[in-house]
Order: sequence, then C-alpha cells, then structure tokens
Amino acid sequence: MVVAVSPRRHAGRVARELAVWPATLKVGTVIVATIVLAGLFAPLIAPYDPFYQDFGTVLQPPSLAHPFGTDMVGRDVFSRVLFGIRIDMQIGFFTTYVPMIYGVALGAAAGYFGGWLDAILMRLLDIAMAFPFLVLIIVILSILGPGVQNIYIAVFLVAWTMYARLARAEMLVERNKDYILAARTLGFGPGRIIFRHALPNIIHSSIIFSMADFVLNILLVSGLSFLGLGVQPPLPEWGAMIAEGRDYILQAWWISTLPGVVVVITGTGLSLIGDGLAHRLGERQHGLL
Amino acid sequence: MLVLSYVLGRLVQMVPVVLGVVLIAFLTIQLVPGDPVRIMLHGRATDEVVAAAHARLGLDQPVPVQFARFVWNALHGDLGTSIIQQAPVTAIIAERLGPSIFLLSYSALIAIVVALPLALLSASRHGRPVDHAIRIGGMIGFAMPPFWIGLLLMLLFGLTLGLFPISGYGRSFGEHVVHLTLPSLTIALFLAPILIQSLRGSMLEVMTADYIEVARAKGLSERRIMAKHVLRNALIPTITVLAVNIGWLLSGAVIVEYVFSLPGLGSLLVRAVGFRDYPVIQGLALVFAMLVVVVNLLADLAYMLVDRRVLRA
Repeated sequence: MVVAVSPRRHAGRVARELAVWPATLKVGTVIVATIVLAGLFAPLIAPYDPFYQDFGTVLQPPSLAHPFGTDMVGRDVFSRVLFGIRIDMQIGFFTTYVPMIYGVALGAAAGYFGGWLDAILMRLLDIAMAFPFLVLIIVILSILGPGVQNIYIAVFLVAWTMYARLARAEMLVERNKDYILAARTLGFGPGRIIFRHALPNIIHSSIIFSMADFVLNILLVSGLSFLGLGVQPPLPEWGAMIAEGRDYILQAWWISTLPGVVVVITGTGLSLIGDGLAHRLGERQHGLL
Repeated sequence: MLVLSYVLGRLVQMVPVVLGVVLIAFLTIQLVPGDPVRIMLHGRATDEVVAAAHARLGLDQPVPVQFARFVWNALHGDLGTSIIQQAPVTAIIAERLGPSIFLLSYSALIAIVVALPLALLSASRHGRPVDHAIRIGGMIGFAMPPFWIGLLLMLLFGLTLGLFPISGYGRSFGEHVVHLTLPSLTIALFLAPILIQSLRGSMLEVMTADYIEVARAKGLSERRIMAKHVLRNALIPTITVLAVNIGWLLSGAVIVEYVFSLPGLGSLLVRAVGFRDYPVIQGLALVFAMLVVVVNLLADLAYMLVDRRVLRA
C-alpha cells in the first residue's frame, strides 16, 4: 500500500524497521552497499586506468602505490577489481532477477489454475532439473557461442525453473485460504487474485532464494569467464582476471588471489542478506544456505 | 508387493523426464546455427568431405527420422562418432567416466565427514555462538569460486608444501586417491555448507520429536540421545540431500576437473566446446542428465529401503 507520509514519520518508520533487522541483514547490507557504491564510483576511486598497461611495473606485489599489486602487463589489479564490480554485479543482478519475474509468474499461475498448465510446467521443470545447471548453460553456449549476451540468453532460458517451482509450491498452499476464496467470491479475475492478493504472500521464498541465486550467478559468470566462455579479456571480469593470473600463481599470487577474495566478500554479503531476510520475513529457510 | 509397485511407479515417473532429456540432447546439434559439420571442420573442408560427414552423422535425413535413429542408437549404446577425434562418442565418454565418478564419490565422502559433526554441533548448540560461527563459515565457503579455491589449494599444498600432485589422475587406486585429494577438497568446500544447512535443519526437527522427549524422560544423557537417536535419524535425509544436490556436484566437477587437468567428463565437455565437437557435447549432455536421473532414482530406492513409511504414502 502506498500512503503519503511526512518526511519525519517516514524517518521514524525507517528507524523502527532498522531496529528489528537481524544483525546478519545489517552486516550483509553494509557489505553489499559498499561494494555496489565502490562499483558505481569506480572511475573516481580507482587509482589507475583498468586497461592501462605499464610495462615498467609488471608483476609488482601489493604496495601503497598498487594496493592489490600489478598483473603481467603492468595493469593495476585494484583498479581492475573495482571496475569488475560493474561487470559481475550487473550480470549477477540481471541473471537473478529477470528469470525471477517470469519464473514466479509462471509458477504462481500453474499453482493457481492447476490442470494441464500445471502438468506441462511440472514436466518441463523435471527435465530442466535433470541437467546440471552449469552443464546445460555450457551446452547452450556451445550452440550460441561464448560471450555475455549469450550467457544472458542461456540463463534466461534455464534459471526461471527454480523460481517457478518455489512459487508453485507456495501457491498450492495459498490458493485454498479464505482470503483467496473471498476474492473469488467478490468476482475478481484470476490475474488480480494471483498478482495483487496471492503474490505478496508467495514471493517471500523466492526473494530469500534469490540471494543464494545471486551468489551462484556471480560464481557462474566468473566460472564461465574463467573457462573462456564468458566475458572476454581484456575486460576486467573477476573470473577472467583469476584465469589470467593462473599461469603466474607462483611468482605473483596476488593477481588471482585478490579478485577471488572480493568475490568471496561479495558472496558472503549477499548470503548474509538472505539469512537476515529469512529471519525478518519470518519464514523457514528456502535458500540453499 | 508394495516395494515392487513403488519401484515400478518410480520407473514410470522417469519416462517423461528421460524422453525430454533425450530430446534436448538431440536438439543440441539441430539448433546449431549454420552447418555444424562446417563449423566442426572450421570451414576448410571440401564439399565432398562435408557431404560424407553429413551422411555419417545422418544429418541428410529428415529430422523425425534422425530423432528416431538417435533414440534407437542411444538405446544400443551408440552416441555417434566424433569427427574431430575420429572415434565413437561412447568410447570417448566411457574412458572418462571413471575419474569423474571417483572424484564425485571422494568429494561426497569428504563433504559428509566434514558436514556431519559440524551439523550435529550446530544443532545441539542451536542459537549459540558456535552455531552462528558454523553458519557464517558455511556462507563464506559457499561464496568461494571453486576454480579460485582450487588454484589456492594447488599453490599451498601442491606447489609450496609439495604434499599433493597438482594435476593428473595416476594409475593405481592409491595414486587416484592422492591425485584427487585436492580436487575433491575443492568440491567438498562448497558442498559441505549446503549439507550442513540441510542436516542441521533435519536434526533440529528430530530433536523436537516426541520419541526424543521420551528418551529424555527415560533419563538418557544428552550425549547418548544425540549419538543414538538424532544422528541416526538425520543420516537418512543425508542421502536425499546429496541426491538433490548432485547437479551442483556435477557442475562443480566440470570446473574443478578443468583446473586440475583431470581426464574426466567435465574437462572433456570444456574441451569439446572449445573444438565445437558437437557429437561429444550431445553425448555428454545426455550422460550428465542420465547421471542425475539415475542418482536420484537410486537415492529414492535407498531411502525406501531404510524408511518403509514412504511405501504407504
């Protein structure tokens, strides 16, 4: 419900909301917000151009001048990691939330109507889930060719299934509740009942799962880029950077190690938010963690 | 009788899934934009060579005929021929199946050995600092890219300490164990958190069950209750949790095999994609999906044997 509130009352509401946040939600939000802000302001924060190759300073260990050291062609690893936030967080966000929209819609509709729609959807889900996620994505990429755009297509084709399953399961419980029967008796159409009445009650599990999914999608994109199927060099994608440093791991551990540390911090922040949301929304856990 | 009808029912359930899986695997070659043969031969083939390859792959037939032939051949263990490797796909894949299964079993074993005590500890100290520490540790493990942690383990235990080899598979069983320790640890690091989370949940559920109250009322010590009742009943869902996550396990194995240059199905897939070796990609898609389907079937059957209550459901 949207209600006009005065700024002061609004501030009071925010404070009260924050007061009931579990610690994990607060810490996770701070971590993720810091990373997102660092990505947004990367051009201002980054000490160097992420593409600038300086052959005078190759394979320098971390120092004050280069906090994360330099790579084999003298690029500043810290600046590259900062610009990498834009790539990885953006792809992670869209590969998580775009499939969530139609996955939840399809699952909710199937759960509400039942019948042949539900039967077809369930068979589709069973088939999609028989393939290991990464294998299916790689097979689709082998058809479409590598690259970010095709990763989007591949993930959009596959990733909605998890959300459809969650939303359907919730809808099966919800559709027999009194308020849905009341809405039906009032003569509301199925579209209104599914999206205005039931959706707020069935979306929680998908929101909580989406945080784990976000982590997995960042790992997916960086993994595919590591295999050479995703973001192509010289773009500063985290997985691609880890792959570039692989051959120098003995002389220059920082090229691969430090971007990975940022991946772990980002993923932990997102998982903390998921854990906190599960407590805040008062639900049993639906995420992977 | 109940057992038999359960097994039959479970097999019938599999039919649409297997058909769908086979159809998707079949479509991989069909959906390649342009001519898959020309792509595989990198455009340096003459028209006669291309036509011959078409005939050999059956690509000159109508699509329904091709599908029927694909199914028929697959049922007879023939997944076609790799033009690039000049060998039957079934033989290429069969050669690589051993290392992958070894890797999967080894990582599952490590994950269980790590996850069981931690889940037990977490559940018995529910809401206490240890529980939180284990949960947050799990989140960190879950967020680690397997290729990254694999590289670090290689650097630390392989290159710096020289304890384990950093690539290859070895020849004897003992060598396999030594070679696969680091790769299995890598997979276990992200599998264990998932296991701990589910096991902790099922243990907490068991701990509030009536028969645990009865055990307490009888005056059994907490330690004994945990060991005899909670642990034993929580072991059963472990099978299911592992089976549900077999897809993640296999996904992780693809990357880990590539990092550690293991001769398994995952590294074969990455290589086949690099060469655009579509018959191999197609065969692997089918084999990977069938592995998931079969593991889930076996897990359900094992569960049924341990807990006959599912028969009455």
